[in-house]
Amino acid sequence: MAQVRIEDLTVQFSGGTRALDRLDLAIEDGEFFALLGPSGCGKTTLLRTIAGLVLPSAGRVVIGDRDVTRLPPGDRNVAMVFQDYALYPHMTVAENIAYPLKVRRVERSRRQEMALSVGASLGLGELMERRPAQLSGGQQQRVALARAIATRPDVFLLDEPLSNLDARLRLEARTFLKRLQGELGITTVYVTHDQAEALAMAHRMAVMDRGVVRQVGTPVEVFQYPANLFVAQFTGSTPMNLLPARVDKGALTVGGRRLPFPSGSYRLREGDRVTVGVRPEYMDLSTVERHDGLPGRVAVVESLGVTSLVTLEGEGISFQVVVPENRAPRAGERGWAVADPARTLLYDDRGELIRAF
Amino acid sequence: MSTRDLARLDAGPRRAHRLVNRVLTYLFLVLVAVFFVVPVLWLLTAPFNRAPSFTVSLSQPTLQNFPDLFKNPYSASSLLNSAIYSLGSVVLVGGCAGFAAYALSRVEVPGRNLILIVLLLLSSVVTGSAAIVPLYFIAFNLHLIDTVPGVILLMSGGLLPAAIFILKDFMDGVPGSYEESARVFGANPLQILRDVVAPVVRPGLAVIAVWIFVNAWGNFLIPFVILRNPALDPASVQIFSFQTSGGQAVLRTAAAFALLYTLPAVVLYLVVQRRYGFRFYGGIKA
Repeated sequence: MAQVRIEDLTVQFSGGTRALDRLDLAIEDGEFFALLGPSGCGKTTLLRTIAGLVLPSAGRVVIGDRDVTRLPPGDRNVAMVFQDYALYPHMTVAENIAYPLKVRRVERSRRQEMALSVGASLGLGELMERRPAQLSGGQQQRVALARAIATRPDVFLLDEPLSNLDARLRLEARTFLKRLQGELGITTVYVTHDQAEALAMAHRMAVMDRGVVRQVGTPVEVFQYPANLFVAQFTGSTPMNLLPARVDKGALTVGGRRLPFPSGSYRLREGDRVTVGVRPEYMDLSTVERHDGLPGRVAVVESLGVTSLVTLEGEGISFQVVVPENRAPRAGERGWAVADPARTLLYDDRGELIRAF
Repeated sequence: MSTRDLARLDAGPRRAHRLVNRVLTYLFLVLVAVFFVVPVLWLLTAPFNRAPSFTVSLSQPTLQNFPDLFKNPYSASSLLNSAIYSLGSVVLVGGCAGFAAYALSRVEVPGRNLILIVLLLLSSVVTGSAAIVPLYFIAFNLHLIDTVPGVILLMSGGLLPAAIFILKDFMDGVPGSYEESARVFGANPLQILRDVVAPVVRPGLAVIAVWIFVNAWGNFLIPFVILRNPALDPASVQIFSFQTSGGQAVLRTAAAFALLYTLPAVVLYLVVQRRYGFRFYGGIKA
């Protein structure tokens, strides 16, 4: 059990590319912390730096009260689960789980006992004598987890452990993993490019882009108040509507239409250019004209099951609205999209969130 | 005339053409097969013939050729010597190539591929007869003439580069995550090599071992040049001595010896083939 602190961490590769740029982060004891970002944002490099597989050019990595920056991976008491699970094909499940204990010179009978009990607790009891190639993807993933758990690490490092599973299994594994982490209470750093995974599983998360952290917060904070346009676009299963607007006599001009300000008061001057951000889920579609609504013509209706995603074409802008199943319009119809003023956000011309006060 | 009739008219000559093609192809294949099979048949029959000639025949079957063969004091010792030289080369080349290939596969050396290709090119020179004079001088100055280590070292030197080259390809095929996960568990490089990498590349090691064995077993030039003492001669050199003082080959013993000389290589190949199936995964990557 331990806190993980990243201080002023820079990783520069031999080619000169800077994978991490003066990064600071504190992950609390027992926390499930997600690192979210597009590929190449440095999230995996950060994880590997915590593991000790990458040596930083500058900065510190502190686990608990130990500065581990210069320690080899094996002395950090962390366990890592790789994207491809890295199970050894020539060993049985039991041997795979026991291998880290063998490296740590735990005696044979003791490590077999530990491998069996950890394996059984993850539902692998029947599979202990199989080889990895004889297991399904989900079973392989549990073996990789069991192998990590058996070492009783201070910190769990998970590198996209669900990305090799098919969609249905991924949902089950997500729930399983979250429950497991809750029961074990081990500090966990979880790398993913899937925003839904991060939102669903993490206690807190960091959204990364090009080697820097763009926002740290709980999933609810990140989802409802993305700190900048990058985070706004990257989170949410449907992309946030981002519409250019101008401050005009106490209202906002969007697509030639005057709309009221969102709730709260803002320090904005007449003529300021802003971006209005509102998630499709926080918009309502009206079939009768509304003075606070954005008019448009329905271009596409995509069924999402319980809801439908409606794309409307307005005057020089297009925007999306999520509507309940029984209210899906037909293509070609006119509609007015009304934003929930409590869930509407404003971003300044640098793309940073303008906070209401 | 309907279109079907037209098609039939056309089909006649085309079918004949195809038939001729086939006959010629099979005739060619039979000739190739005969070319390769006849020597093998000779090798299987001549040792059991009282008066073998250069034809495939079992006119006077006998087993007497084998006891006669071992009346020559060097027949048995040469087979044993061959085994020592071959197994020595397997251990030496296999061990060195294993470590070297692993290092070359994992450590980024500038110009790594160039090093490998130059080594490979040089090795074909080093084993070849072109370099035999300098090799002799080196062996002479190192006092390796007429010694067992001399033969093993010179043969290994020639085999090592190609062995490294092939093994590196197998090593490249081992996912980096295997080793990284072992490192996170605290394994040191030797443990990783022993517990993770070596077992995963075992088919590659088997292929290399057979290849080294067969090459060393069949090497004639190096022992022929390096050795003086006939008691140290391997089978490849010994087979050369089954002749009369007039230079006439003594086919009875030569054929029996040839059969015994061939067997280990064939058996080894079959055993490894059975166990690993010679799966070459991973091609040659530049």
